[in-house]
Amino acid sequence: MEGLERIVLAHPFFAGLETELGPVVAGCARNIRVGPGQYLAHEGDSADEFFLIRQGRVALEILPPGRHAVVLSTESEGDIVGAYWLVPPYRWQCDARAVELTRAIGIDAKCLRAKCDSDHHLGYELMKRFLPLIVQRLDQTRLQMLDVYGSRPA
Amino acid sequence: MSVALSAGTSVSGQAWSRIGAIDPFVPQIYRVSRVWRESSDIVTLAIVPTAGDRPEFAPGQFNMLYVFGVGEVAISMSGDPAVPGSFVHTVRSVGAVSGAVAALEAGATLGVRGPFGSAWPIELAEGSDVVFAAGGLGLAPLRPAIYQVLARRERYGRVVLLYGTRTPTDILFRRELERWRRRLDIDLFVTVDHADETWHGDVGVVTKLIGRGGFDPPNTIAMVCGPELMMRFTGTALHAAGLRSEQIYLSMERNMKCAIGLCGHCQFGPTFVCVDGPVMRYDRIVDFLAVREI
Amino acid sequence: MTKVDLPVGSKAVLSLEGLQSLIDGLAARGYQVLGPTVRDGAIVYDAVAHLADLPAGWTDRQDAGRYRLERRADNALFGYAVGPQSWKRFLRPPTERMWRARRTDEGFVVDAPDTAVPKFAFLGMRACELHAIAIQDRVLIDGPYLDAGYARRRQDNFFVAVNCGVAGGTCFCVSMNTGPKADAGFDLALTELLDGDDHCFVVEVGSAAGGAVVAGLPHRLASPADSTAADAVVAHTAQNMGRTLDTRGIKELLQGNPNHPRWDDVAQRCLTCANCTMVCPTCFCTTVDDHTDLAGQTAERTRSWDSCFTLDFSYVHGGRVRSEAGARYRQWMTHKLASWIDQFGSSGCVGCGRCITWCPVGIDITVETAAIRATQSGASQTESNNDGAGETDHGGT
Repeated sequence: MEGLERIVLAHPFFAGLETELGPVVAGCARNIRVGPGQYLAHEGDSADEFFLIRQGRVALEILPPGRHAVVLSTESEGDIVGAYWLVPPYRWQCDARAVELTRAIGIDAKCLRAKCDSDHHLGYELMKRFLPLIVQRLDQTRLQMLDVYGSRPA
Repeated sequence: MSVALSAGTSVSGQAWSRIGAIDPFVPQIYRVSRVWRESSDIVTLAIVPTAGDRPEFAPGQFNMLYVFGVGEVAISMSGDPAVPGSFVHTVRSVGAVSGAVAALEAGATLGVRGPFGSAWPIELAEGSDVVFAAGGLGLAPLRPAIYQVLARRERYGRVVLLYGTRTPTDILFRRELERWRRRLDIDLFVTVDHADETWHGDVGVVTKLIGRGGFDPPNTIAMVCGPELMMRFTGTALHAAGLRSEQIYLSMERNMKCAIGLCGHCQFGPTFVCVDGPVMRYDRIVDFLAVREI
Repeated sequence: MTKVDLPVGSKAVLSLEGLQSLIDGLAARGYQVLGPTVRDGAIVYDAVAHLADLPAGWTDRQDAGRYRLERRADNALFGYAVGPQSWKRFLRPPTERMWRARRTDEGFVVDAPDTAVPKFAFLGMRACELHAIAIQDRVLIDGPYLDAGYARRRQDNFFVAVNCGVAGGTCFCVSMNTGPKADAGFDLALTELLDGDDHCFVVEVGSAAGGAVVAGLPHRLASPADSTAADAVVAHTAQNMGRTLDTRGIKELLQGNPNHPRWDDVAQRCLTCANCTMVCPTCFCTTVDDHTDLAGQTAERTRSWDSCFTLDFSYVHGGRVRSEAGARYRQWMTHKLASWIDQFGSSGCVGCGRCITWCPVGIDITVETAAIRATQSGASQTESNNDGAGETDHGGT
């Protein structure tokens, strides 16, 4: 478990986390390895796990009927995949597919939610890390949506 | 009171800035020597003067290209300043004049006024890491700077190129990008805004790539070129990554008529994009970059 | 009479005959003499050969959006302020051909522009107009690039200024430090003295060329009494300015308030007709037109006056940067009073009042500035009550 704790704390997402909380988080974590083309999650699945990418590339996708899957964005080393575990109904709203061989830390959502309920300090430390990420992602999505390179550029 | 002017009165600096020298209002005649079709609406032209030598230019500068009877358009140089003899311009057909320029064939003549404008800070960046952040067609005005930096690679730290465009088919200068990627001394990241599963690269905006570069923020010069919105977001993101405003340079664009600061059209706040820019340091313009309709 | 050139700074007195001799003398030296005349109910600059061409006995009544000529009780030749035109009409004509191109077998060639220009003598220039020309010199000659046509037209000018005896209803040269006394940039400066039948001009020599010209005219040297009388005329004018403009901190005021609600207020009134830019003596924006003849064999580029108020002025592919009227008004006023300082080291405004007079809806740049100054932190409507329980009215996010 000690090796996993080190890996968890080494991930950029947990930068600055108090060392005492390391084992607490690691207690919900596992090391995973996903081959190219394999899915980490499907749209509609229960959001029981979120992922800290250590290596590789994961595409967040939606499949419109009768067309190729649209890649909404790709996440790589240092990024987080999955925020649906934070808010009810805890369901994935898109697919997450490994584009290439990907190594990640999977964190059990129910486990971590329970620990946050009993230790609000842990909960707050996680919120402080998640919220800026979500705001940043919102900005990036907005810029993406503006289609600035389109034929009538914004 | 009469102005004490006489023919040939000179002033330090500019070549054509006094009566008797080449009038910067009058085009020189050039001929198209080569055309590359980059995509359905983007064309690269190499043009050579019909008389005299091609003037020296610095990366970031632009020419006013004139098509007989149609009009003039400001286009940045996209070629290597070290290669003599021709100007290279990459043009997207978006209107009457740019469309006419993009339709020129080898052998056709056009008028050229220039080079005009300010340059990318190539010398100033020596000793630092360099980040090129290009969006869409913005890769073209950055290309001369990339050439110059790669030609003197030993003078720089890490060199990073972040390139974002709309879809995989819109990737400009693809073969050149692949060639650069094969070098071991430049870090190249390409992303697209929209793709389907047949694209195995990054999907997302170019600002997402900023975290990857491995450059050292206190010792970095960033040169950003692309649609204005992309540059605004990128400037903010670079700032958030630890670069000071004085380390970031953008290439601005406004309506150009005279290109020499005398017609007023290209004003952007208190600056004239044709003489104070197009390359401008971020701290100079950040306050009014986001003012509506300035 | 002496034929020795009068030194710079000296003063002489010309009679009406002397003034006519001045006009004749300048014409004899090959100058195209231009001065004020009355036409179409306004004072306009045109060729003058005789004193009878000048607006003797006329004055103007100017206010926001209003200009009328009225008869004076006397026959003063220069008893008015300024008309709709400025001298930029001659120094940088409204339309100019830049060059012509011809198709050839190999492609096309561009023919160098015609460089012949007349030698101008301007009679009746106001102090504000001298400042305006100095400002345009700074823009068009002193920058990194030179407007060759303007520079050619500025060579060999002879400037005869007139110190204003009448303050215009919209004048504020005192606020802008540009008048009413002409203090530099002239060859000769006249102050008209009219007392019953005594009608003469105190002339101050401003240059060696001016001194040489006066030496050849019938004149007498000015006495201290003449100087005092001339000074009194100017002092009187200075006390009767129609408008004032508080220029303290104006750069920060305008550049720091791009979202002030006053811009929306002006937008409701401004027609974006561009009158103000046409009559303004310092506005220099131009556009170019490229056209061909019907056969497509000859192409021409002409340059014409343009205005930042036109919708397409700021057009870039994809659209116009400034489509709202408020944005265009803000651009003009901020440029004129604030950005000009960054660009050229001085205000762009000389306080001549033309933009106020000739605005069809009477928008007044001095009133707009004062309005912004009065509520400069008023960009948001938020007001919080100190008791903490009050409601905060949001201007919106």
